[in-house]
Formats: sequence, structure tokens, C-alpha cells
Amino acid sequence: MVNHNGPLLDIDDLTVGYRQGERRLEAVRHVSLRIWPGQSVGIVGESGSGKTTLAMAVMRYLPPEGQILSGTIRFGDREVQDLSDRDMRDLWGGQIALVPQGARSALNPSMRLGDQAAEILRYHRGLSRKAAHEQARASFERVQLGDPERIARAYPHQLSGGMLQRVLIAMALSTEPALLVLDEPTSSLDVTTQAEILKLVRDLIRGEQHTAVLYITHNLSVVAQLCDRVAVMYAGDLVEDAGTRPLYRQPLHPYTRGLLDCVPVLGTTKHEVDLRPIDGQIPGPESRPQGCVFRPRCPLAIDVCETYPPLYDAGEERRSRCHRWEGIRAGELDPAQPVPARERTPPGERAGTALDVKDISVHFFERASLPQRLRGERGTVVRAVDGVSLTLGKGRTLGLVGESGSGKTTLARAIIGLVARTSGTIEFLDMAVPPKLAGRSRDIYSALQVVFQDPTDALNPFIGVGEALRRPVQRLRTEKVDDADQVVAALLESVDLSPSYALRLPDELSGGEKQRVAVARAFAPNPAVLLADEPVSSLDVSVQASLLNLLDQLQTEHGTAILFISHDVAVVGYLADDIAVIYLGELMEVSPASALFDPPYHPYTEALLASVPLLDPDAEQREVQLKGDIPSPSAKPSGCPFHTRCPRFLGDICVEQRPPWREREGGGKRYFCHIAWDDLVRQQERIFRFSETGKEV
Amino acid sequence: MWRYFLRRLGFLLLTLVVTSIIIFLVTRWLPGDVARVILGREAGEAAVAQVREELGLDDPLPVQYVDWVRGFVVGEWGLSYSTRTEILPLVTQRLRNSLMLAVVTLVLAVPLAVGLGVLAGLNEDRWVDSLISVASLSVVGLPEFVTGLILIQVFAFGFGLFPATSLISPDAGFFEALPSLILPAVTAMLVLLAYIARLVRSGVIEELKQPYVRTAALKGLPYRTVVVRHVLRNALLPAVTVLAISIGWLVSGLIVVENVFNYPGMGRLFIFAVDRRDLPLIQALTMVTVLIFAFANLLADMAYALLNPQIRLGE
Repeated sequence: MVNHNGPLLDIDDLTVGYRQGERRLEAVRHVSLRIWPGQSVGIVGESGSGKTTLAMAVMRYLPPEGQILSGTIRFGDREVQDLSDRDMRDLWGGQIALVPQGARSALNPSMRLGDQAAEILRYHRGLSRKAAHEQARASFERVQLGDPERIARAYPHQLSGGMLQRVLIAMALSTEPALLVLDEPTSSLDVTTQAEILKLVRDLIRGEQHTAVLYITHNLSVVAQLCDRVAVMYAGDLVEDAGTRPLYRQPLHPYTRGLLDCVPVLGTTKHEVDLRPIDGQIPGPESRPQGCVFRPRCPLAIDVCETYPPLYDAGEERRSRCHRWEGIRAGELDPAQPVPARERTPPGERAGTALDVKDISVHFFERASLPQRLRGERGTVVRAVDGVSLTLGKGRTLGLVGESGSGKTTLARAIIGLVARTSGTIEFLDMAVPPKLAGRSRDIYSALQVVFQDPTDALNPFIGVGEALRRPVQRLRTEKVDDADQVVAALLESVDLSPSYALRLPDELSGGEKQRVAVARAFAPNPAVLLADEPVSSLDVSVQASLLNLLDQLQTEHGTAILFISHDVAVVGYLADDIAVIYLGELMEVSPASALFDPPYHPYTEALLASVPLLDPDAEQREVQLKGDIPSPSAKPSGCPFHTRCPRFLGDICVEQRPPWREREGGGKRYFCHIAWDDLVRQQERIFRFSETGKEV
Repeated sequence: MWRYFLRRLGFLLLTLVVTSIIIFLVTRWLPGDVARVILGREAGEAAVAQVREELGLDDPLPVQYVDWVRGFVVGEWGLSYSTRTEILPLVTQRLRNSLMLAVVTLVLAVPLAVGLGVLAGLNEDRWVDSLISVASLSVVGLPEFVTGLILIQVFAFGFGLFPATSLISPDAGFFEALPSLILPAVTAMLVLLAYIARLVRSGVIEELKQPYVRTAALKGLPYRTVVVRHVLRNALLPAVTVLAISIGWLVSGLIVVENVFNYPGMGRLFIFAVDRRDLPLIQALTMVTVLIFAFANLLADMAYALLNPQIRLGE
């Protein structure tokens, strides 16, 4: 239908606003962007950047209070705003298709997936019920869903998130649309599942010569691996737009540079590379500064930046909304954020053990129902954590990596005492730690502190920041505190918040600030060990960078040991001295961070590392395919728990026998596998290598 | 699904056993002697003794209970003390009338309540919504005897469309009785209407916010299809449960409505029995009521499961 020679999508000077009472807040300002047939364009931005509003405006699906204030959106040779509702419906699903995020809630819970996929074909293709269902099943096959018959009959709650995301992609592609809009399609998925979906999308994009793709995400690495072009958004502005390679090689806007410098690159550690957080915060639509929106946070801001910059054409199909782009390109100006002042902790100093976890198991018993018991069935045992041993050295950081369902959070809760362990011992500074919080002495819980993933849940909304910090200072510090307020002020300053924050309530803080308060609260009693459970996962990348730096800095100052739990291998690899990989409640590999990225890898680690999208568009990365989904901890596979999915599965031995721990003399890494060290080294190539530096990891 | 059904059925039987014990004990433990309560204060000792004998009141309690339950199950419900007739035909006759009234009420109420609720929900905070909310709430605020009397004034005396009182002969068929059913049914419907319409409305508003609605709309489906096929199926779930449970109230709780229209249903029989201290009749009526509520509940659970695949296909 779209058969003219211009761009497929032509957004020209688009401004989108939301009515809020009397005011009109502009969520997207003066955005111009073109997408040509068959092209894939990524839109990258942090929360509040306006990327989702832009995508919804393109689809003309804004909420009632949203409105296009100026500018035009042309799809093919037609202006989207001028189309009748009926024409718009022909476009939706037929010409423009959306793959939304959060597949589980994006599908109707009470309709069979086959029906949901068939209705789009019936409507747009006028197919009969039978023909539509046949085509729907064919579309499931195309996205590599095994047994499409079963999928078609299933309801959403019967499938995993990854499978549902495939169904959504199949639905969107079934009418062969000219434009596919993907809105964070992998944001709620595990990294190995994400890798499969990304591979699928990449193959589909390459196979489809005519479908253009608009990929919306906060993840710079995903776009680097997937898109031809990238548009960077900041506070409603499109600040830079370029081909993927040139953009990552030399960004022409200081914000893009800043973002790239915030991402921990897989395989780099805090000892070699600094993360450079962007100072300050992204302004809301009601408080945008005059002139360039990035000016207050920009290292290159000068007087001219007080006038609003146009989208400069920088040649080579690049554009930048920075007055000083020429200087940046010539290399005369450095757009990078300053390197944060911090002492680099010398690695590898072992000064004794802070926390010694020995053979810990946490089993939950699910009791059988009455009819089950009448049939002689017993309850099931959920082995959330199954015989894990960890040693955390004083002043060191141990990273614990695992996907959802791996038991990493349960392990953390067992160490803190929020769930009682079933067996095993914990020694903490040579004290035996009782299983439950109630049985623990004040010494233990003042010296063993925790930071949770979601700071909004962790802070009482009715208690001010000052009070929240004063309590642990007064109750948990071992020495007597004369002036608690002064200590609170010092704590706030140690997490880079001004002492005036003591007067605020959690609601008045941003997500990053709340997490800083949570960190300050955890450090209030001068703990010897800090447990951090996904402390940066809910934060934007620039905020994440500053928090990682903060944790490192506080560790250096206080000598605190940190158990850092995360699903993100790159973050853990950056921050930790040692890394433990957990799968189905058991450790698969324990390694110094520096050695994790060299073979031999435990086959599961290998798959994890192969799944992480890399920031370098030209990096080479080996593909590792895992079979199926992670099994339930209530039906753990026999022998090696990973054998059901292992790409290096040997045969009966993996099913029948527990693997041994394999290691080399003199410490270093050890892994839990039937494949011997030398064999594994021989079989495994390095998983990825970067292009520019030629650096092999 | 079967498993779920059997489990619900099990719960239902358990409920029946427990409530029957309560009903039995309450009537036995009423202050004063049961026989005396029945006969009145002036009755002679001999008469009281005879009644005690008839009722088996001198047997131990468990024996009395088992006798009573067995009688109820096999249909030997005994004699009413006030009418001196068999209880079973008396109650079944009234139950039939009440069921007819319930059916007519639901047939009127369901489409109207769902229609109004959906209309209000789709137009949240617009004038249609406000109009429906105000109208339905002001109707529900009026007690049944007021709405009933107004309806009688207008439709019975004014237009002469329907009879003012419901004299239903015992052998009248459903369609013969229908004219007498309309006004009481409308009165009962008005009580349910606002409640169910509001439930449907909030269900629709809640579901419209769900991401799957956007997915459906962006498939390019017509708005009607999105609403009917996607939104309603999920939005009506809470209302279905409430509707099914309300059957219990419609069958045996319409005391005011039945009195206004002189309708020969369960409610009035209840009042009559309590008035005459007719314990065997009260017991029978209470048991029937419990049965109806229990089955209405089962119906609600099953309807919910049928519409919700997560329950239907096992948790």
C-alpha cells in the first residue's frame, strides 16, 4: 500500500503535550525523524525522555489528555492526523503493528492465544475463521514456537513470558506490516530469554526486506546490536540521530557521550574503567531550563547554550542538537563527564573472612491438599536454595549472579534472617548466626545491613528521611552517639545528598535519591557486611552509574564487605572482586571477576555471557542456545541441575551423577561440571571480542 | 474444572451440615420449652406432654437431630402447627412462586444493569455516566415499599396494565401468572439494578486500563469488537458472581416486596411462620433458604470458573 518513493515515516517538528489542569506539559518537543522502508531505527532514552509518547503519537494512540500540539507525522504519503478513525484502524495492525512490553498483561487473559492471533487476520485479510486460525498457527511457527497447535489452544497464564513475547511478535508480523513498533519488548525478561527474543527479532528484521522497525528502549546495548540508526532522546528532545556505528564511535552530543560512559561494559572492572555518571537529574516537563535542555548537566555549556539549539545537520546523515557539535567532532572539545574523584581500591587484598556461608539450604514445603493426601500423595518440597557455600572476605565485594528463579534473593533473605534456613551454618565475624532474625543479637544485625531493589517499598512513606536515618544511628551504633542530627547530616553527605534532605519525605525524592537514602540508612550503624539485592536494577543507567560509584566509595571508606546480588552480569563483573553464578538454587561457578570472562566457563556461565547484549555494535559474540525454560525448583532435575538445558550435555552421567567441583591449584575459578578443565578449555572459544580495541575477553 | 467442581461441592455439603446443626440447636435452645412455645402459655400439662412425645423431644439431642435431617431429606417435613397441614406441599408451592418471581426479576435486571453499567463505564465521568449514576443511586435509595406503591399507583391504578395484588392460583402456569409477576419483579429489580450497574461500570473502567485493551485496539479492530470481545468478558466477572449470589436473596429474602404486592412467596410464608411460632415450618423454611443460598454460591463459583480460564484449567 505504501508505494511512494519517500520515507515510510516522516515526523516533522512534532510537539506532543499533556493537559494537566490548566497547564500543558510538553512531553515531546520539536522532534523530526524519518524512517525508510526496511530500515530499523532505535529510539533510546531514560525514563522521562518522551520516547514512549513519541511512539504512541506515531501510532496516534495518545491518552485522552495527550495531544499533538504542532508538527506533522506522515506515514507513506498520508498525514496520520488527517486520517479518519476508519482509515486509522486499517493502518493499525495492517500497516503499523505494535509489539508491546510486558507480554503477560498485553494479552487478554481469558482468550485463547489462537483466537487472539486469528482476529487480526480475520479483520485485515477478511479470512474465514478456519483460514485465519491456520495462518495464526503458521505465524507461531515462524517465531519458532514449538507445537503451535498447543500454543493456539493455550491461555496466556499457561505459557512463560518469553513464549508470550513470541506470540506478540508473531501477531504483529502476521499481516506483514510496513512498520513494526517494538516498545521495550524484552524489558521484563531474563537475560537468556532476552537474547533469544533479540535474535529472533534480528533474524526477522534481516529476513524482511520491507518491514521497517522502530525499536524503543532504555538499553543502549540492545540498540547497538539491532538497529541501523539510533535516535537519542533526552527530556522530550531528540538530541542526536545517527547511524549506529558512527554514533557509538563518536557521539556528537554530550548527553549521548554521557550515557555511553555510564554503561558498565561487559568484561571491564572498576579497577580499569571509571563509570562517569551524569551530574544532576533529568528535568521534568514543568521545569525545563531555558535554551538547551541538557545545559545544567553539560560539561561544555557556555553562554550560547542559553538559546535553544536547532537539530544541526552534521553531514553523513547525522544530526545533533548541540551548538558545539563541530568542536566535538574535531576533537577540540571533550563532551565526557568528569571522572569522579575516588580512590581506587587495590584489588586482591585478603584480610580475613567477614561472612562465611556453609552449605545453606532453604526448602519450602508445600503441603498437600486433602484430596491429594487421600490419594497418598505427599507435599512437594521447593528447593529454593540447595547447599550453597560462599565466603565473603573483609572489605571485598562478592557478586552473586542469577536469573529469576535462581534462588539468589531467597539466599539473601536467609542470610539476613527474613526466611529461616533449612540447614547449613552462617558464620559472621566468627560469630555463629542463628537462622531467624528474632534469635540474633544486636551486634549481628547492626553489622549486617541490607539494601533492597525497590527503595520506594523499603522506605516508610510517612517517616521523614532524617528520622529514618536517626533511628539506626541511635539504636544500632555500638558507640554512644551524642548528636544524632550531626551524624545524620554526615550520612546524607556521604551519599551526596545535602543535609536539608533530612526534612523531606520519601515521596519528595526521585528513585535514585531514595536509593541513596536507603544506602545511607544501611551504612548508619557502620556495618561490616552490606547485602545489596539488585540495588540498581530499577534505576536509569545514569543514576545506576552514580550509585555503583557510591557503593564503591563507601566500601573504600568504611572497609565494608558487600554481597552484591544482581541479574546483570556486566554490572556484577564491573563492581565485584569475586563472582558466584547461581542456577536453580545451586552455585555453578565461583571465580575472581578478572577470570570470569576467560575460558573455561561453566556451560551456564557461557550461556549467560553469550546472552548479554554488547555496547559495541561491531563486537563479535558467540551464540549459545539454551533449551527450554528454567525448571521449577519443586521439580529439580537429577544429577546436574543444569542438564535439561545444557548445550554441552554429555549424556547419562549428567542425569545420574552430581558433578564434581573442578579447580586448579592456587585458587582462581572453580566450577561445578562433569567436563574436565582441560577439555572445557579446548572446547570453548572466547565468547566475545570487541572491535575497536581489539581487546579479547 | 471437574476437580474444582467437586471441591466446591464438598464445601457446599460441609456448609449444609454445619448450618443444619445450627438451625436445629437454635430452635431447641430457644428460651422456654419448645412444646410450650408452640402451644402457648395456657396449654395444659397433658397437651404439652403429647406435643413433646409427637416431636420426640424427650429423645437425646443427637437422635433428634438425625431424625430431623432424615425426615428433611426424604421429604417427611411433618405438619405445620398453625395450619395443621403437610409442610412440604405448602413450601414447594411458595418456592415455585418465588422462583418464578426471581427468574422474571433477573431477566429484567441483568440486561438493563449490564447495559447501563457498560454504558456508564465506557463514558467514564461524562454526562451519560453521571446521569446513570445519579438515577440509579436515587432509585436504590428509595425503600421497596415506596417504589412498589408508586408502581402500583401508576401501572395498576393509573394505566390498569397490571394487577395491583398478585393472586396466583396454585395451578396457574408461568404465563398465566406473568402479569402478576411484572410489578413485584420490577420493584425487586430496582433494588439490584444500581448495585450491579455500578459493579459492571467499575469493572469496565478497570479493564479499559489494562494493556491488553491497547493491544486489541492497535490490531485495528473496531471499537465495538474491542469492547464486546475483549473488555466485557473480563469486566463482567465480578458482576456474575454477585448476580448468582443474589438469587438466594431473590428467592427467600423479598419479604417487603411480597408484602406490598401480597405476593404468595417464601418471604411471606416466613413472616407467617414466625408470627405463629410454627417451629417445624420455620425449620423447614430456613433449611430451604440455606439450600438455595448454597446452590446460588455454587452457581456463582462455577460461573466464575467458566469465565476465568485460570481457575477452569486448574491453578
